Amino acid sequence: MHPRVEPGLALGIASILLGLIAFWVALPPLTTRTAAVPIAIGLAGLGAGLWSWRHGYTRLGWSGVCIAIIGLLGGLLATNAAVGNLEVVITWSALFAATLRFATPLTFAAIGGLFSERSGVVNIGLEGMMLMGAFFGVYGADKTGSWVLGILIGMLAGAALALVHAAFSIHLRSDQIVSGTAINFLALGITGYVYIDTYGNEGTPGDLPQVPDVHLDWLARIPPEGLGSFLERTFGQLNLLVWLALATVVLAWIIVFKTAVGLRIRAVGEHPRAADTVGISVYATRYAAVVVSGALAAMGGVYLSLGFVHSFTENMTAGRGFIALAALIFGKWHPFGALGAALLFGFASAVAPRLENVEGWATYGTLFQALPYVLTLIAVAGVIGRSIPPAAIGRPYEKQ
Amino acid sequence: MSDAAPPPEPRPASDPEAMPSMAARLDLYQRAGGVITPVLTALFAFFVGGLVVLFTTGKNPIDTYKAIFNGTGLNWFFPWVRGQERFTAALNLQQTLIITTTLIFVGLAVAFAFRCGMFNIGGQGQYIAGMIAASQVGVAMPDLPHVPHIVLAAGAGALAGALWAGIAGILKATVGAHEVISTIMLNWTALWIGSYLVGFQGPLQDPAQESVPVTKQISQGAKLDVFWGDPILQGLHIGFFAAIGCLILFWVVLNRTTLGFEVRAVGFNPEAARYSGISVGRNYFLAMAISGAFAGLAGGVDLLGWLFRVDLTSVQVASQVAFIGIAVALLGRNTAVGIFFSALLFGALLNGTSTRNLDPTIFAPELASNLTLIIQGLVVLFVGADLLILYLWRARLKLRRKRPEAVTGA
Repeated sequence: MHPRVEPGLALGIASILLGLIAFWVALPPLTTRTAAVPIAIGLAGLGAGLWSWRHGYTRLGWSGVCIAIIGLLGGLLATNAAVGNLEVVITWSALFAATLRFATPLTFAAIGGLFSERSGVVNIGLEGMMLMGAFFGVYGADKTGSWVLGILIGMLAGAALALVHAAFSIHLRSDQIVSGTAINFLALGITGYVYIDTYGNEGTPGDLPQVPDVHLDWLARIPPEGLGSFLERTFGQLNLLVWLALATVVLAWIIVFKTAVGLRIRAVGEHPRAADTVGISVYATRYAAVVVSGALAAMGGVYLSLGFVHSFTENMTAGRGFIALAALIFGKWHPFGALGAALLFGFASAVAPRLENVEGWATYGTLFQALPYVLTLIAVAGVIGRSIPPAAIGRPYEKQ
Repeated sequence: MSDAAPPPEPRPASDPEAMPSMAARLDLYQRAGGVITPVLTALFAFFVGGLVVLFTTGKNPIDTYKAIFNGTGLNWFFPWVRGQERFTAALNLQQTLIITTTLIFVGLAVAFAFRCGMFNIGGQGQYIAGMIAASQVGVAMPDLPHVPHIVLAAGAGALAGALWAGIAGILKATVGAHEVISTIMLNWTALWIGSYLVGFQGPLQDPAQESVPVTKQISQGAKLDVFWGDPILQGLHIGFFAAIGCLILFWVVLNRTTLGFEVRAVGFNPEAARYSGISVGRNYFLAMAISGAFAGLAGGVDLLGWLFRVDLTSVQVASQVAFIGIAVALLGRNTAVGIFFSALLFGALLNGTSTRNLDPTIFAPELASNLTLIIQGLVVLFVGADLLILYLWRARLKLRRKRPEAVTGA
């Protein structure tokens, strides 16, 4: 049919091959011992896979991406194999646990963005809402002495800021991106102001109530010796909020795709006029969706401050709200897709500080911090066009 | 915020289902509000800021604002300010104008992309790129004569900014990646790459001082001349005139060239522009690159004018000045004149609330800088509100209609 080889097809095949090679170089007879080689080959495979996916070879491209990632990880694992298997298990379980931890704030915020964007309101302000949660979670927990109330106060703060965004983008018909940007400035100003006003230059107190970890010791008793301890080390000591994030994803999927409420949200986001005609209140639905999105994004922030680093610093969200937004797009506005993307970006964040420990790479130190952002950029560039947003997104609705 | 929204108003681009493009909306603002709405917006934002001061610290907001105003040096323009006070005012005003210079550049960056229907919030990354590029040219050629050296270094800054923003432009033009996300990611990427380059053991760190994360200082010949004040006390450098020149350039390019026409056409309606034979992708790229060049110049001019060397703080903190470009451009309605005045406003606000100028017994400068952020957020929030502006527009029309009646009635 095609007189010449399609670039997408060729790249798709190349990505699969590169993935295999990434693993193979670390095995006998070559037994490469520098981690850089499988990483470089694996990343090349990843890029080729994404490209092929963008050129219409969805399944082939995806397979390439998966194989490249597995090949990269397998290759990395194999380069370290000589160090001793137990140590590798520990390192990998720590890496996976860190991936989950880094993915949690992104997941909360991405699911929040899902509600807002599915109802047709772009939410660039996720970052700011997250920051509100991060600060007011700490503030609430500190003042009330209870982490439960801290979470609630944080979510309330995020929801309040979301209400402003909702009012401006729904009733006042602001440009939603401009309004979201304003929300981010406001959050930065408000949290910074109250932070300095309350805690001065001493920082948040060290004895903050902490969100507890969930200990699953029984995981260690799962039969094959290595697997049990691997599972225990990966999933056995995670924060309560990490599990809550995973539950939120499932819940969001049920609400958005399996209930009447979700149908309304999606209808309002796809064709508000039609939804209005059948008696759905477009404004009320959008308000509710945006406020929920603020509360969820704030939850991500609360996790960051109360559940993860146990303190607050100014602008601590560091662009995570935007990464969450990218995760949402990468995940095609679907809860499980968003979770997958959040895990991918979380993995990049988790792996970045570890790369400094690779022999001879310590001097590149801070350079690795750019990894999650670069990966997000590549992912967004690779997926757009294949990922179709809700039809009425970004459009203010005018009642007739 | 009432549900009893006005009956369908005369709305330009009036198909209610079609989303008016960002540039079309801006055009509406221009016609609707004229100069009144931005002024009202700013006043309202300052009013809310005053309330914040009153309720959180119990201090008199008027005193606070007065202290901030005196820190800006704008009292230099008052003829009754004499003697030592006048001398201090001059020093402060020089600082205000130095910041204004930067803000004009970053404001132009946001505005130019805006006119093409894009939202460039990647000024920070482009600023960092410009700063580092200019510093390298400033360090590298110590024997170059003064003027070519300045031009070359500033040009390198502009080019670096253009290239960095061009990535987002290409992505937008080819695969349609939304520029808001890509520019934010490029910001953080630039921030960490920059931190690596100038940081400890980074390739650009000054080998003479291993314990300080800083590049070498640029050679004397690459420094911008100071035309007002003492060069040692960081007087006002000629970058200020470059900024004014860029304002004029901005106006000329947008309003008097084919490129500007195409950029604006794409900004108004990309589909219509495509239909009339304009390459939309090409204009996305060009507008983004030009926008990035302005932001890169901001970094370059700051470096050649008063920073002279890049350190970690300038990469990670000082570069955040680029975000204020958003408020500057929006408040200035993306016009050359508007950008000048809003840059002056925010420059004064930034300088007036800096630790150096604000008396801590009146108001803590750390709080005041966050207050600036709040004011900035409120400005952006209210400037973008369509309906508020339509209300104002209607009120203005009503006033106009009433006036003749009043005359005939009298």
